[in-house]
Amino acid sequence: MNDTAVIADTVKPRLPRGVRLKHDDTRNEWLLLAPERVVKTDLIAVEILKRCDGVATLGEIVAGLADQFKADPGRIAADVRAMLGELAAKRMVDL
Amino acid sequence: MNALQSPSESTAKRIPAPVGLLAELTYRCPLACPYCSNPVEAEIRGGELDTETWKRVFSEAAEIGVLHAHLSGGEPAARRDLVEIVAHCTKVGVYTNLITSGVGLTEESMKQLADAGLEHVQLSIQDANAASADHIAGYEGAFARKMNVAKWVRECGLPLTVNAVIHRANIERAGRMVEFAVELGARRVEIAHTQYYAWALVNRKALMPTRAQIEKAVAEVEALREVYAGKIVIDHVIPDYYATYPKACMGGWGKRTLNITPRGKVLPCHASETIPGLEHWNVNEHSLGDIWWNSPAFNAFRGTDWMPEPCRSCARKEIDYGGCRCQALALTGDARNADPMCHLSPHHDKVEQIAATFDGTETDIPPYVYRRYKTKTPAE
Repeated sequence: MNDTAVIADTVKPRLPRGVRLKHDDTRNEWLLLAPERVVKTDLIAVEILKRCDGVATLGEIVAGLADQFKADPGRIAADVRAMLGELAAKRMVDL
Repeated sequence: MNALQSPSESTAKRIPAPVGLLAELTYRCPLACPYCSNPVEAEIRGGELDTETWKRVFSEAAEIGVLHAHLSGGEPAARRDLVEIVAHCTKVGVYTNLITSGVGLTEESMKQLADAGLEHVQLSIQDANAASADHIAGYEGAFARKMNVAKWVRECGLPLTVNAVIHRANIERAGRMVEFAVELGARRVEIAHTQYYAWALVNRKALMPTRAQIEKAVAEVEALREVYAGKIVIDHVIPDYYATYPKACMGGWGKRTLNITPRGKVLPCHASETIPGLEHWNVNEHSLGDIWWNSPAFNAFRGTDWMPEPCRSCARKEIDYGGCRCQALALTGDARNADPMCHLSPHHDKVEQIAATFDGTETDIPPYVYRRYKTKTPAE
């Protein structure tokens, strides 16, 4: 896996064991907890990560987000691929 | 119990919530590594916090915002209540990371820990070569046991990190350790050059590599980042005796993390008990939040107001926070001084002298002083 490889629409991303989303009540924000890492997330990132259940395909995730946010699927697809590629390189998402 | 449970508004604005808690559940450990970070002088038996107290502490930790609990020691598997502690952390939503030598874990206990919600295992490996690894650990057969533990961790589906401390006896295999971690199925590897505190300071002469060895090892490991990109995350802690600037010790004093000793004393860093006059509070007498916001030890070097020159006027003061207080004390006699690893420290020559002592000298290397404690009670 490298950053420039295109992630296929059929890939089913999932958070591996040891990586999870947590709403932190103290800081009032969503965080991605991983081994020795805490990653801050924005609203869009949280929506993407919540859908990474190992069942939904990347194509389905993009379609769902485009529908929910009434946004251009092409733009969403680019954002999702960029984020998941980056997290996969850090071994925080399995593709 | 102190009534103060939460910070006043002005305190909370100034002091962020802690992110990580290193729980030294026990000082007991079957291994005897000569670079152990546990205190050189320690009572290792008796007086350990009981299960209920640890559970209360982790509940308080969750309330004040701790995200990661690092269960360490000694060897945390020496605690019979380890599974119960993990289960409690899971219940209160704190992420659990087990930092272990592997010795003392069984296939069954690993399954129980995984079922209790354990989220990550960090397994120490002393060397990629079995005979050398066992010699460094001072424990025959440790390496073979660790290989089994790595397998059980994988079989439980838990993410594995391999921790390797680098020093003279294994530095030739620094790059090999990364490959070895990949072979063991680790998703992450920590290659950490020895930091010379506690037992490592006692053994500095036996442990410290030459500058040439360090440069070669550092380059080797850095080159592997690209080779294993996306396969394994490499966290590389390079030695500070040869650095230009100091490390931001603990990410800033009292800023991100706290350590709790087996007897319940709460420390800003694992070596802070070496600093004379520092008043550490204990979880038996105070709540964790009270200790984080109000204890003298945590407030002693918080922020930048305590700094003398050259730190006070330095542009990097909020980057490295003057480096390590314990190292400043050990090498300059005053914990408030700039960490002498910094090239701007007026004491930097002491570091250079120490580093120079080790350059090119291959003779006169003493044997290890293994981490061993006098015990008052018979071994269990």
